[in-house]
This record gives sequence, structure tokens and C-alpha cells, in this order.
Amino acid sequence: MAKEAYDVNKMPKKNPLSLQIDLQKFEKATDEEKHQAEVMSESTSFFRDGMRKLRRNPLAMFSIVVLILIILMITIVPIVVPYSYSDIITVNGKRDKSATNMAPFTYSKLEQQYIDEGGKVFPHIMGTDELGRDYFVRVAYGTRISLLVGVFASAIVLIIGVLYGSIAGYFGGKVDLIMMRIVDVIYSLPDLLMIILLSVVLNEVLKFNGNGILARLGTNMISLFIVFGLLYWVGMARLVRGQILTIKQNEYVLAAKVSGAKSSRIIRRHILPNCISVIIISAALQIPSAIFTESFLSFISLGVKAPMPSLGSLASAARSGITTYTYKLVFPALMIGLITLAFNLLGDGLRDAFDPKLRR
Amino acid sequence: MAEEKNILSVVDLHTTFATDKGEVMAVNGVSFNLAAGKILGIVGESGSGKSVSAYSIMQILEKNGSIKSGQILYKGEDITKWPESRMRDFRGKCCSIIFQDPMTSLNPVFTIGFQLKEAIKLHTNRTGKEVEKRAIEMLELVGVNEPEKRIHQYPFEFSGGMRQRVMIAMALACEPDILIADEPTTALDVTIQAQILELMKDLQKKLGMAIIMVTHDLGVIAQMADEIIVMYGGRVCERGTAEDIFYRPCHEYTKGLLRSIPNIDSMGKRLEPISGTPINLLNMPKGCAFCPRCDAAMKICLEQQPPETRTVDGHLASCWKAIQAEIEAGMIHVEAPGSGT
Amino acid sequence: MNMNYKPNPENLVEVNDLKMYFPIKTGLFSTTPLKAVDGVTFAIKPGETLGLVGESGCGKTTVGRALIRLYKPTDGDVFFDGKRVDDKSILGLRKDMQMVFQDPYSSLNPRMTVEDIIGEPLDVHHLYTSKADRREQILHLMELVGLNAEHATRYAHEFSGGQRQRIGIARALATNPRFIVCDEAVSALDVSIQAQVINMFEDLQKKLGVAYLFIAHDLLVVHHISKRIAVMYLGKMVETADADELNSNPMHPYTTSLLSAVPYPDPKIAKSSKRIILEGDVPSPLHMPSGCPFRTRCKYATEQCAQEMPKLTDRGNGHMVACWNK
Repeated sequence: MAKEAYDVNKMPKKNPLSLQIDLQKFEKATDEEKHQAEVMSESTSFFRDGMRKLRRNPLAMFSIVVLILIILMITIVPIVVPYSYSDIITVNGKRDKSATNMAPFTYSKLEQQYIDEGGKVFPHIMGTDELGRDYFVRVAYGTRISLLVGVFASAIVLIIGVLYGSIAGYFGGKVDLIMMRIVDVIYSLPDLLMIILLSVVLNEVLKFNGNGILARLGTNMISLFIVFGLLYWVGMARLVRGQILTIKQNEYVLAAKVSGAKSSRIIRRHILPNCISVIIISAALQIPSAIFTESFLSFISLGVKAPMPSLGSLASAARSGITTYTYKLVFPALMIGLITLAFNLLGDGLRDAFDPKLRR
Repeated sequence: MAEEKNILSVVDLHTTFATDKGEVMAVNGVSFNLAAGKILGIVGESGSGKSVSAYSIMQILEKNGSIKSGQILYKGEDITKWPESRMRDFRGKCCSIIFQDPMTSLNPVFTIGFQLKEAIKLHTNRTGKEVEKRAIEMLELVGVNEPEKRIHQYPFEFSGGMRQRVMIAMALACEPDILIADEPTTALDVTIQAQILELMKDLQKKLGMAIIMVTHDLGVIAQMADEIIVMYGGRVCERGTAEDIFYRPCHEYTKGLLRSIPNIDSMGKRLEPISGTPINLLNMPKGCAFCPRCDAAMKICLEQQPPETRTVDGHLASCWKAIQAEIEAGMIHVEAPGSGT
Repeated sequence: MNMNYKPNPENLVEVNDLKMYFPIKTGLFSTTPLKAVDGVTFAIKPGETLGLVGESGCGKTTVGRALIRLYKPTDGDVFFDGKRVDDKSILGLRKDMQMVFQDPYSSLNPRMTVEDIIGEPLDVHHLYTSKADRREQILHLMELVGLNAEHATRYAHEFSGGQRQRIGIARALATNPRFIVCDEAVSALDVSIQAQVINMFEDLQKKLGVAYLFIAHDLLVVHHISKRIAVMYLGKMVETADADELNSNPMHPYTTSLLSAVPYPDPKIAKSSKRIILEGDVPSPLHMPSGCPFRTRCKYATEQCAQEMPKLTDRGNGHMVACWNK
């Protein structure tokens, strides 16, 4: 049964609460005493507050740990493991032709012989591929290439997109109109076709000599970067423009204008700092998408030039023996999955922590 | 028991919100009665818990909010224990709410008529033509011209004042006993505000429902309310009739509030504001919530929450200053601490 | 623009027939002008407060913004201290004309500390000799608006609405202006805080001699702070008078109903008084009624009202009214 309804008329005319009252306390409180009751909360900047939120997000923290582990792996593994990504395993100075398609942690006949003789052979953690190359090193190199492509492509997208978008957004009017129509046109170009055409053309035009990183990556990769630079920034440009259009509406921008601040100062001090978090978040989300594109292109053999591996080309090569040597597909696929998942979760975490629209 | 019947009683309501900076007690032991057919005004500043109290009654709190303890008795039944299915029936049929912003309370992709008819269909057995008739009737009731034509229009074709009229029509469509109005005129211009307030008073007389008027505007409350509750920091400071509150305020906060608004008498004079900054619910003082800003604060105010007592004038307030006056008037018997039970 | 117009040297700010039209797209290539402000004239003396009231959409905010040239007026003249305000002269006048905004939440950059927000006008106009001088000036300004010096390194989002508005006022005062446009500067604040800020505006005026254009929709507040009040309706000025005169003897039917609609915080007055409830809504500024814009809601409206907009004429003691019938 519910308690009896609250009834003001039942309030006693005299009540026994007086027992607790100390008449001594009915004297005026000093300002100091009052001030003690009123404390302002601890000062936090926008950034620190965001970091605190990010640290509380277990998925984002997990992603950061995974990414750090992956980066450690791709820097340390090629140094520690005594095999190279492009060379067939040699035992005691002799090429080991029998060491092809080995399962993880197994040794070929030659190696076994050598170990029996007392020599030391570094284990093949992920086995070897069909040409007898250590798969672990190849996966590590592949991850390195994929990550490099991802970060580099996002950087291109970031720079071009932010510049273009902020110019269109800040100046508005006709400038905006024309610039955004160009963006619309670029949006409608088929990216895959562009990559194929560019790589064909670049193959003819560019003839790489020597052993530079560009030469080893091959023209396909260069055309991939160019295509990113040409096409993929449009999304970022639209985002930045939209952000700036909203920020421009804020009264603090008007206040800066009233103060007499010039456009450059307003962009630098007011507009960019307020859209930087959204830009960083979207750049973080751009990385996995670039890695995906690269993997996909490598998979249809438009990616890196052999013998340089990338996760996509490794997966593609593993296709032929998928029933017998399943692990060869599993390892690169797992890496792609881990990287993209980690970046996506991290991006989401960053958004939750830093996006002003989600803040309360 | 009082002569008039209480249709709604709120008893010692505590509502909290879980935020990432800790739990916030937005409503901290609020009790009040709503008599059938009366207008109860809840007045307070932002963060006083006035809207949260209203939302608690409807149980339409945000996800992170919950009623921690207390009872809400509707016709003697505790609705905090009702399942969601029963609450859905309660909302609309027994108790309706109108919100501050008429611009966002209506769905822009449906016609006014569609939304109004939905509200009618949900809670009554009317069908087809009857619903349409009722919808037109309701629009006419709230003073929308040419309701037959306007029923087919979309919200963007209505002005702010007209939309608020439609919201009232929707809220009243199922003849609820209680109408909660959460800052119904804050987003409107004064001339439109006058229209809407007039309309609400007329409808109250015509339909006889009870109204809970939640607002920060003392002018609006003075015009509308029979009974007034003044809230600060999630607690009730003072309650009484409109005359009690405006002419015989006892709580220091109520007094300060009335002094701080520009009035006919205050023209040309300096206003007397309440000093300090609004309360931070994350950082509540141990004693009276208002004491850090109170000019008359005493030592006891800092240490102990004031109990609600009957003031010298006969209404109720929770203020040590008022209690002091009551002691002096011999209304409260004081014994030295330590003696007695 | 009337190049021959000579401003009165007694006035600090003088606005003559200000017009501000915004082009609204009605088709692919066609636009219709939205007449936000349509021929507004007023003057403010040094150290004086002019209150500008009206309902939302009446153009009062646009007047304020066009006045300090956040917008480029379509037509009309604005003079400050006898000088014509145009694109060139405004650069030199920015220091003297400042603005306080309505929304204490969006008017402060969330990424800047209080110190940097208040210091921005100082930075822009290079008004300090050294870092220490800059800091000293900022602390002085903070003291002036009642903020603690220890708040200087905090960010705006840590403050309550009233404190944020104080920060905004300190920023406006940084360049030592002679004129401040207060655009609904107290509307978003809680009642108890509103009074603090109103008092501060009054104190600052006494201390520094600044003139205000106080734009608000709350007649009680405007009446309290202003010496003169101007009432706007749909981009036009319908009545200006001394505050007390306007309150006791409103002439324009719109002002009368506006005054009667004010909810007085006094139950006896509020419940007893016979209100003039205006019928209908404000017409859209895109489809302005011909002649006097108020005629659609005015009970005195005649044929003449539909044909021609009445001129603002002096009815004695500077009480100006634009109405055919009153």
C-alpha cells in the first residue's frame, strides 16, 4: 500500500524539530564561510577533457594498444628476423629449394639437417610461401606498406581537403558555388578506372631505375597516391566546408569581426581550432578506408610491384592454394581486419570524446 | 484532509541523472499536491529541477535519468510502479504535456491533421469520420481559424503561436485531467504569449483540467497560478497561494527573486540582484542550497538543511530565517540541544 | 544614401533612413528582397541608452548589426561622432563601437581562455606595450565586470551564463569604446542573474560614459535601463519616446498592446488588468502588407493605412509616432 498522500494541512503547527536547533547558530555567517560552500570545479581544457573521455573508452584504448603493437611489430620484425621479404631462404649459404609452402613452425629437410649438425635456424613463425620466402617477414612488410599507404593517402586527402574546403567555406558566395561544383564533378569520376588508366600511362612515362622506395613500390602505387590526391579529398573538402559554414554562424566569429580582426586571424584563431577535432577524426577514419582500397587494388593485381608484398597482394597470392594452405590467407586477412577495425574503433572513440556536437 | 480533492500528489520525489562527472540529484525530495481544476505554478531558474519534476511525473526522463525514490500518486495510485504499457495510457489520457519549443515539437513531414488525429486515435475508440470531426473541433477550440482548411497543412505553414495552439490541441485531445505546461510561452513573443496564456486560462475554465505551469517567468506565473511552488537546487523553497508568494514571501530566495526583477516600482531605481552564480548541482552545499548566495545566511544555513515549516503568515517555507521568525513569534518551541529525546 | 545629410554634432550615433534588404532566392535566378529594416531613423547622445524593442523578426537585431557594419546597409546613412560610417572609416571606428551578444554560449570561443578572449581586441589593435601590460589590462577589465583574476586561465565552458556574459562585456570594453550595441544581452540569463548584469551595464555607463543601443524584447528590462525607447514593427520604427512617457502614454496601437501584453510579476495587476490581446500573427516580411505594416492586426485601421505608410512625426517632447489615427 502506498504511503499516505503528502498533505500540507497535516503539517504540525508546532513541531519537535526544535530539539536539533542550536540557537547559537542563528548568527550571521561570514562571507568566507559562505565562500567555502561554493567551489568551482577543477579547470579543464577542451583537449584534456576529451582525453579523459577517450581514456575511459575501453574499445578506443584497446584499439590504441593493438595499433601500437602492430607498429612495434612492423618496425622490429624486419630487424630481428634474419630473412628478407624478397629472398628465398638460404641454409648455410645454400638456397633451400625444398623450403616452399611450409606450415608455421616447421623446418625444411635442409634446415633440419643443419639444426642436427648444431646450427641455429630462426623458426618460420608463419611458415613460408610458394617460392620459399619466410611468410612472417612478408606479412610484416606487407603491413608496413599497407599502413604507409593508409597514412600517406590520408595525409594527402587531409591537406588538399582542408585547404580547399576552408577556402570555399570561409569566403562563401560565388567562390563557394564554383568550388563546390568542381567537387561535384570530381565526385562523379570512377576511381577504379582512373587508377587503371593512370597506372598504364605512368608505366610508360616513368621509368624507375635503382632501388628507391618509389621504384620498389611500383607505378601502380604512385598512381594510387595520385588518384587519392585527385579524387578522394572531395569528401574531406565537403566536411570541412560544412564545418566552417556552421562555425561561421557562431557569435564569437561576429565578435572577432566587431573587434576588427582580419580574415586570416579569424580563420587561424577561431575557425580552424574549432573544426580541427572533426578533421582529425575524419582523417583517422580515412586511414582504414585507404588501406582497404590499397588491399583491394593489390588483390586485383593493381597494387604494389612484386616482390614487394602488401597485405592485399599476399591475400591475392594465397588464393591459389586456399584449400591446402589456408593459413596463408588467414594471416594477411587477419592483419587487414585488425588494422581497419582498430582505426575505425579509434576514430569512433575520438568522435565520442572530441566532437563538440556530442558533448554535453 | 483538505476539502478539495487532490488529483496528483508527489511525495518526496528524488530524481537523479548519471553524468560522466558523477551522479546529479536534479530533484531532491520534492513533494506537492495538485488539486483538480487548479493551476499550480512551479517557478525556478535553470537547474532548479522544475522541468525534471514535470518530466518525472510523465516518466519521460532522458535515458540517464531515473526516479530514485519517492511516490507519484495519481488518484491514489503510485504511478512510479506502473509498467511502461500502463504509463503509455497515462500519458495523453490522464496527463498531457506541452513543451517550450513549438518549432520542434511537431513532426515536419506530417500534416497537422495527421498528427492531431494520431493523438486522438491512440487514446480513444473513435474511428474515421469521428476522429476527423474531433480534430477539427479541437483546432476550433484552441482558436485556429478555418480548421477544415488548416488541418491539411504542414507545420511549416504555421507560425510559432499557431503551432503552440496545435500542441495544446493535441495535448487536450483526449481530455486529460492534468496538463503539464513546460515553459509554454518562453519561445514566443509577448503579444503571442498573451494570446496563449489567455487561451490556456479559457480552456481550463471550459474543460476543468488541472494545470501544472512550469516556468522561470514570474510575470507569467503571477498571471496564471493559483498555487505556487518556488524551487531552487532541486528542492522546494516555498509554497503558497500566488498572493502569499508575491506579497508575503518568507524564503530569502523568493524575496531576492522578487527584488531582482524590474517592476513598475523599481523604474529609475537600482535593481537588487541576488549575488553569486547559479547552483552547480554537482557541488551541492551541505546545508541550504541557496546559502552561498544568500545575504542573510546564518551559520546554521551552511550546516543543516532547513525543514519545511509553517510561516508566520501561514504558508510553508524551508528557510532558517523564516524559522528564526517563527521562534521569535513563539510558533516553535525550542529546547537546548542535548536535552529531551 | 543621402550625401548631403548633415548629422547633428550633439549626437554620438545618428542613423538616418537605414535600410537593410536581404536577397531571398525565389527561383533559379530571381530574388526578392526581404526588407528586414526599412527606413529606420534614430540618434543616440553620448553616455545615453536607447532601448530598441520589438518582437522576433522585427529587424531590431539587423539594425544593430548594420549599425556596426557587420552587414553592409542597402541604403541610408550611419554617422558616428559626426563621421559617416562606411567600409573605409569603419576600420578606424571599430575601437569605438563594440557589441555584446545574446547567446553567452556561442559568443565565446570554446577553445580560448578567458584571458585570450578578453585580450583579442587588444591584440588586434596592438593596444599594449608588453606582455605584462596586456595582462594588467585584462585583469583590470575582469575586475571591472566582477570576475576573479584567478579565472583568467580558465576556458569559457566552465562558466555559468551570467559569468560568460560578463566575459563578453569585458571583451567589448577592452578597446575603451564610446558606444556598445547590446543585442539581447540579458535575454538568455536567469532572472536573478539578469539583474546583476543590468546593474553592471548601468554602473559601467556611469563610470565610463559609454552609450548603449539596448536591443531587447522584454519591455520591463528595456524600460528599466533606457532613457529613450524606440519600438519597431516589421522593419519600421513605429514610436520613439522617453521611457517613462512611452510607458505612461503610449500612442501607437502596437505599443499599447505590447505594453498591455507584458506579464507583470504581480498577481493583482496581472489578474485584474484588461488586456488588449492582439489578434493574429506578424505577417511575413516577404509579403509585407501595403502601407502601414501593422494595419492587419490594428483595430483602428482605415483605408488610408492600407495606402501609405505614415511618417514618424513629433507629437511634442520628442514623442515620435508613425500612425495616421493617433
